[in-house]
Amino acid sequence: MAPLSHYLVLSGILFTIGVMGVLVRRNAIVVFMSIEIMLNAVNISLIAFDRYLGQHDGQIFSFMVMAVAAAEVSVGLAIVIAMFRNKPTINLDEFNLMKW
Amino acid sequence: MLSLTWLIPMYPLVGSIICGFYGLKIGKDKVAKVACGSVILSFLTTLLVLGGYANLPEGESIYEQVMFTWIAAGNLNIEWGYQIDGLSLVMLMVVSGVGSLIHIYAVGYMYEEYSFYRFFAYFNLFVFAMLILVMGNNFLMMFIGWEGVGCCSYFLIGYYFDKKSACDAGTKAFVVNRVGDFAFLLAVMYIFKLFGSIDFSHVMEHAATTVVFESEDITIITMLLFIGATGKSAQIPLYTWLPDAMEGPTPVSALIHAATMVTAGVYMVVRCNALFVMAPITMWIVALVGGGTALFAATIGTAQYDIKRVLAYSTVSQIGYMFLACGVGAFTAAIFHLVTHAFFKACLFLGSGSVIHGVHGEQDMRKMGGLKKYMPKTYWTFVISTAAIAGIVPLSGFFSKDEILYHSLMDGNIMFWGMGVCGAFITAFYMSRLVIMTFHGKYNVDPEVHPHESPAIMTNVLIVLAILAAIGGLLGIPIMHGAHFLKHVLAPVLEFDLATAIDHSTHVLHEQGRHAPHWGHLLEHHEEHNVLTEVLLMGFSLCVALAGIATAYLFYIKFPSWPEKIMQTQGGFELVRNKYYVDEVYDATFVKPTVEGSYILWRQADAKGIDGTVNGVAKIIGWFSQQARVFQSGFVRNYALFMVMGFIFFLIVAF
Repeated sequence: MAPLSHYLVLSGILFTIGVMGVLVRRNAIVVFMSIEIMLNAVNISLIAFDRYLGQHDGQIFSFMVMAVAAAEVSVGLAIVIAMFRNKPTINLDEFNLMKW
Repeated sequence: MLSLTWLIPMYPLVGSIICGFYGLKIGKDKVAKVACGSVILSFLTTLLVLGGYANLPEGESIYEQVMFTWIAAGNLNIEWGYQIDGLSLVMLMVVSGVGSLIHIYAVGYMYEEYSFYRFFAYFNLFVFAMLILVMGNNFLMMFIGWEGVGCCSYFLIGYYFDKKSACDAGTKAFVVNRVGDFAFLLAVMYIFKLFGSIDFSHVMEHAATTVVFESEDITIITMLLFIGATGKSAQIPLYTWLPDAMEGPTPVSALIHAATMVTAGVYMVVRCNALFVMAPITMWIVALVGGGTALFAATIGTAQYDIKRVLAYSTVSQIGYMFLACGVGAFTAAIFHLVTHAFFKACLFLGSGSVIHGVHGEQDMRKMGGLKKYMPKTYWTFVISTAAIAGIVPLSGFFSKDEILYHSLMDGNIMFWGMGVCGAFITAFYMSRLVIMTFHGKYNVDPEVHPHESPAIMTNVLIVLAILAAIGGLLGIPIMHGAHFLKHVLAPVLEFDLATAIDHSTHVLHEQGRHAPHWGHLLEHHEEHNVLTEVLLMGFSLCVALAGIATAYLFYIKFPSWPEKIMQTQGGFELVRNKYYVDEVYDATFVKPTVEGSYILWRQADAKGIDGTVNGVAKIIGWFSQQARVFQSGFVRNYALFMVMGFIFFLIVAF
């Protein structure tokens, strides 16, 4: 059985890929997908610790994360559609309204 | 009856409030009744108080009525109190008496004015302030009155506020007075520092034993007081505001700028005689300034064409005589001249007002002439007052001016006397010139104007004042027999023990190990009234007055071509006519630098310095904000980047 560190390294790599995706990609959908990658990276580390410590809190929590992610995706996609209707693009560089 | 003292200033104050606030509502006739009534009531109350004062027990000469403690701070304790003694009673009689007459006259003179009520509100307020000035029992009360009369003077000079020259004249009077007032206030503070009190009775009583004779302290105090007096009483170098003050209505010129307010300086010097006697240097300067002003202003009066301006310069000159008297220590003579001057100068001003009224507002004497037959009452009262001011026996001015000249020769020196005599000659000359140009000679009035005598309400006042101007001398004759009424009345005020003062000063100086000068000769008894000298002097000054009148007669009736010749050939005439260019010099030396300095202060210090600092602070903060704005780009991913960077930063810090 692979030791805990392998899982954690995998989780870290996935999380970093997600972060970089959020920061550098311009397509709103891709940013979304990157966020999902980050969430799942966290899920991996939760399950790994769950197994390592022999408790079941981690599994329950990862379900929680999945549920929240599903809800988030539904809201997020709705926002992306609203953005697209407002301005026929989902290029995030076109949206700079988050300032005074 | 002395307990009624506090009522004297209250009447005009109440009258002023009624006229000012309800004047338009109650109509002109009621305003006139309230305004005149309040001052007449003051006059009657003064008579009652006078009766009470005469019945004071033997040995008491001052009655003080303290209303309440006005200011109490530390060891400074100032009461709102009134002081009744010979001096304040004389002043009260003049202010309320002449004031009543001029109020009555003003009803006739101002009746056509829309702002009738405003005029009387200020006029009554003036009387109130003047009464406070002469009744106060301490320097601060006097100062309140002093400022109050200055303020009312400003209001009334600028009464025709739609006329630029009147507004400018008001401002000038106010600002020039300010210079003197400032000095006066400094003097009051200095007095408090030395004496620990500013009550007249305390200060005068302790003057001899608190300060050292001829010391710097007392010289500075008296000089500051005198500067205050020069401002209020229009003496060199602060006299320039008075001729301009003639922009006000004529009753104002008569009451404020001839009879009462401008004599406040003389009153103050006499009130503080104990201080002034302690400072011989100041006394000498007072006499010099007084004599100089008497002569200087008189010469300007000879070359003016505006009837009121001639009288204004005459006022400046006559007040100069009063200061000359103060300067040589003849305080009684100063007050005597003050009283007679109030009578004849009020009569002259009101007479000129009657003339101006009669020729519909014309003030230039060249456009008058031959008015004698149109306004006989005005003419005769005017002539009597002119004879009084010129010093024709037995009218009032003769006695008072003569007393001043006598004392300036006996107690002063021949230079002061010479100034006075020259001034007297010129006075007789320009006053006769005024009468001749106005009432005699060729009829020069604008053909569209029909001169007429003024209404009875005005001429009756003129007659009363002319009678007073004629018999006012009774207060001070016959001087050579010692039965001098005013001297008797003022004696307690002027009581000053020079011997004690000198003893004390010598003692103090010796204790300090300094050498005390020999003051002994000051105590040598002055020889008693030299009757022969006095009669000779009287005869001489009478001749001088007659010579002045004769000169005017020659110049303006016999040989009318002479003045023109002088005008054309002598360069000096232009100089005199332009008032020695004193106004221009003041403009160039004081007014212009002040105005330009203020401009610089405004442009540089205010606009750049103060505004610059405030705006600069705002700008700096704005600049920082501009820099911080860069971080708030509006791109969500930018914000996410900051979050990540912050997280990494904390990770680095944590490990």
